[in-house]
Amino acid sequence: MSIVYLLIPLGLVLVGIGLWAFFWAVGNGQFDDLDSPGWSVLSDDEGPPTRPADVTSHDTKEQD
Amino acid sequence: MTPAGPACFHCGEPIPAGLVIHARVGTADEPVCCHGCKAVAEFIAGAGLGDYYRYRDQAAARADEAARPDQWAAYDRPELVERLTRPEPGNARSITVLLEGMRCSACGWLADQALRQQPGLRDASINPATARARLVWDPAAVRLGDLLRVLEHVGLRPHPLAGDAAGQLALVERRTALKRLAVAGFGMMQVMMFAVPLYIGATSGMDPGIRELLRLVSMLVSVPVALYSGWPFYEGAWQALRARGINMDVPVSLGIVLAFAASVWNALTGHGDVYFDSVTMFVFFLSLGRYVEMTARHRSGSVADALARLAPVTARRVHGVDVEDVQAAELQPADEILVRTGEVFAADGVVVEGNGRADESMLTGESTAVAKGPGATVNAGTQNLGAPLRVRVTAVADQTVLAGIVSLLERAQAEKPRLARAADRAASWFLGRILVGAAVVFAVWWFVDPSRAFSATLAVLVVTCPCALSLATPAAIASATAALARRGVLVAHADALEALAKADHVLWDKTGTLTRGLVRIEEVRPLTGVAETRCLELAAALERMSEHPIAKAFLTPGAAAAVATDVEVHAGLGIEGTVEGRRLRIGRPAFAAALGQPATTPDQPATTLGLFHGESWVCLGDERGLVAGFRLTDPLRAEAATCVGELQRLGLQSEIVSGDEEASVARIAARCGVERHAARLTPDAKLARVKELQAAGSVVVAIGDGINDAPLLRGADAAVAMGRGSALAQTSAGMILVRDSLDELPHAVELARRTQRIVRQNLVWAIVYNLAALPVAAFGLVPPWLAAIGMAVSSIAVVLNSMRLSQGGGDRRNTGWSLQAPVEDS
Repeated sequence: MSIVYLLIPLGLVLVGIGLWAFFWAVGNGQFDDLDSPGWSVLSDDEGPPTRPADVTSHDTKEQD
Repeated sequence: MTPAGPACFHCGEPIPAGLVIHARVGTADEPVCCHGCKAVAEFIAGAGLGDYYRYRDQAAARADEAARPDQWAAYDRPELVERLTRPEPGNARSITVLLEGMRCSACGWLADQALRQQPGLRDASINPATARARLVWDPAAVRLGDLLRVLEHVGLRPHPLAGDAAGQLALVERRTALKRLAVAGFGMMQVMMFAVPLYIGATSGMDPGIRELLRLVSMLVSVPVALYSGWPFYEGAWQALRARGINMDVPVSLGIVLAFAASVWNALTGHGDVYFDSVTMFVFFLSLGRYVEMTARHRSGSVADALARLAPVTARRVHGVDVEDVQAAELQPADEILVRTGEVFAADGVVVEGNGRADESMLTGESTAVAKGPGATVNAGTQNLGAPLRVRVTAVADQTVLAGIVSLLERAQAEKPRLARAADRAASWFLGRILVGAAVVFAVWWFVDPSRAFSATLAVLVVTCPCALSLATPAAIASATAALARRGVLVAHADALEALAKADHVLWDKTGTLTRGLVRIEEVRPLTGVAETRCLELAAALERMSEHPIAKAFLTPGAAAAVATDVEVHAGLGIEGTVEGRRLRIGRPAFAAALGQPATTPDQPATTLGLFHGESWVCLGDERGLVAGFRLTDPLRAEAATCVGELQRLGLQSEIVSGDEEASVARIAARCGVERHAARLTPDAKLARVKELQAAGSVVVAIGDGINDAPLLRGADAAVAMGRGSALAQTSAGMILVRDSLDELPHAVELARRTQRIVRQNLVWAIVYNLAALPVAAFGLVPPWLAAIGMAVSSIAVVLNSMRLSQGGGDRRNTGWSLQAPVEDS
């Protein structure tokens, strides 16, 4: 049972990391809008059909 | 919304009979109601954004067809843009704009997609929850004015916000609340994980070393929860105590502090029990309730937003003979500005030159325009209906009368809900009794058995911790708020829920509430054999020069039409101008007819005029007399009669209070099945009617949409504003029908009543539990760990009971910003 002396502090460290990551995400504005990112997923598959080449180049530009 | 006829593909308004306009969307021709909507729909489809129509869940705002002067020109000037915006890395600039007409997430998606097609845009983050967009762009590649024009093209009217202090404040508040909530949530889960082995170990034996470790680790995890997440409660309690009062935060803080301090003491000394699980759970649930409440409050829109929408963004500053477009915020007292017909004053001021008329209904409720000659004062936010005016600015921005009214409203809005105040009173009463009781228990045990005095007193304090009591109301309200939000009813003030549950009278505004608020031409009656379409074309040419709401009705059909010159606007009467060489007048029948007999009163065409008596007629006349008459109506909402009937079934008496003519009010009342109605009421008279009913002991719900309904809404016990109503009406209201439909109102009443029942159940449960547990604990029969479990169970029971409100009642449609219920069902 003495393994809990190691596992519990380890668990706490993980919680700490999780919390830090959450704080970072909040500070970075990731939680400011929980609705519209859902829609952007839908749009990726079906970009404007008229100018497909244009869209891909635009998208890659957004990536970097 | 189920309009009777075919509905516009873009905005969902019914299409006027006989009108055929199609917008080409993809490969199909879709029917639309006007050329404005056609333009917007085709722009959206042409930009490859037709998916918007598949994913949106609410119809768009009706595109305004009247050609507006290009007000974004000011934003094409680099030096103005420089002052308004913030620098960003890489020579880019950024600005925050408030988007009017943002209804759902699909709107946000649409704006985002449309903006991304602009070259030079670095980043656009659009937040549908706060209706704000942050644009980052490269001034060398694109002008700010172009970006704003794109937004207006897709139907989202942008209002650039210079500082946006309110928005920043809300953002910081939201982020901090989220962090506190996360700390409490993480902490609660961890502590629960440690608490279970401790409870099991207490009965079946446990290695003392592990027991010590678990207790100390729980303490470690609870410290940030108690100190960081619990901080807002301590702050609230401290403020109340400093003001020599007691609010709900006081017992909450006391409960947290006592249980936490006792647990820390016990954990460090190694004796007695710890209650870290109760502490963390308590903090988490209370924080969650506050978070839901805050989200609803932010969503309802701040008064500052309302102000941004009322006051114009730009103004025309006069320098000698030069006129330049400037940002309204740039104006200084003693500047001179030019305000043209139909424009809104950007600042308070004194008329220097010109004879105009100002529509001040939004400030005074007076529906007729007031004459403004040299020396007269004008107010920001009011509209110039007469001739162009030169105005010397006397007050700008937050010094204006408008800003004063808005800040008054802001203060009223910040008042604590009555329901919470009642809970505060109950809690302080309860708290006093508990403290006295605990002291008595301690004193008695001190004489009987001093060694057990502390644990018995602690058991009393923990067992009676007013957790369940203090969660009873907020948990139910949060749950009901979330359930209503899913149905498109936004609860901005919790008071409204209580009042709605108890209400027995409904006062309706007519225009824009029972009716759609869009004037349409019902009938054209040509008198001289001129074709109907020709009459409409002539009328449209004149009406295009006006910004009067009635004018919009004429601008619907033939967009490409004749042009009027030498236009004179006679406020309150009509418009006169020359169209294709003919001198014409449109407006009130007598006014239009008078062009034929300039010198005398129009008694000659009395018979013709008689045709246009009583109903809402507008006439077109030339120098030989009347040419045509147009009957205007404002169509009734499809769901209005059902809604009135449903409310009647729920025991609410309906009554219409309107500023309109008796005849049209009576007609609408008959069609809705409303027995009582009052016409020609000023906003003050509407308010007086509310007071009269309240004095007779009634609880009154008021439903309105306009700026002139604001006093009525503020006076009523529960105020409901329409989703497309004016911003000022919405800030005065406790509830907003976001979908701009009356459908959900009866459901809201039912849910409000269920909420009241649940609150009562919760309170009864909490009090019964406390009363039952108190004597047992006082006699030292409850070990503190059992007291902690009892406390937790009583709180969970309250939360679960409240959650019944958010289940079953909601419907499937996602409004795009639905709130989460306090806890997910597991």
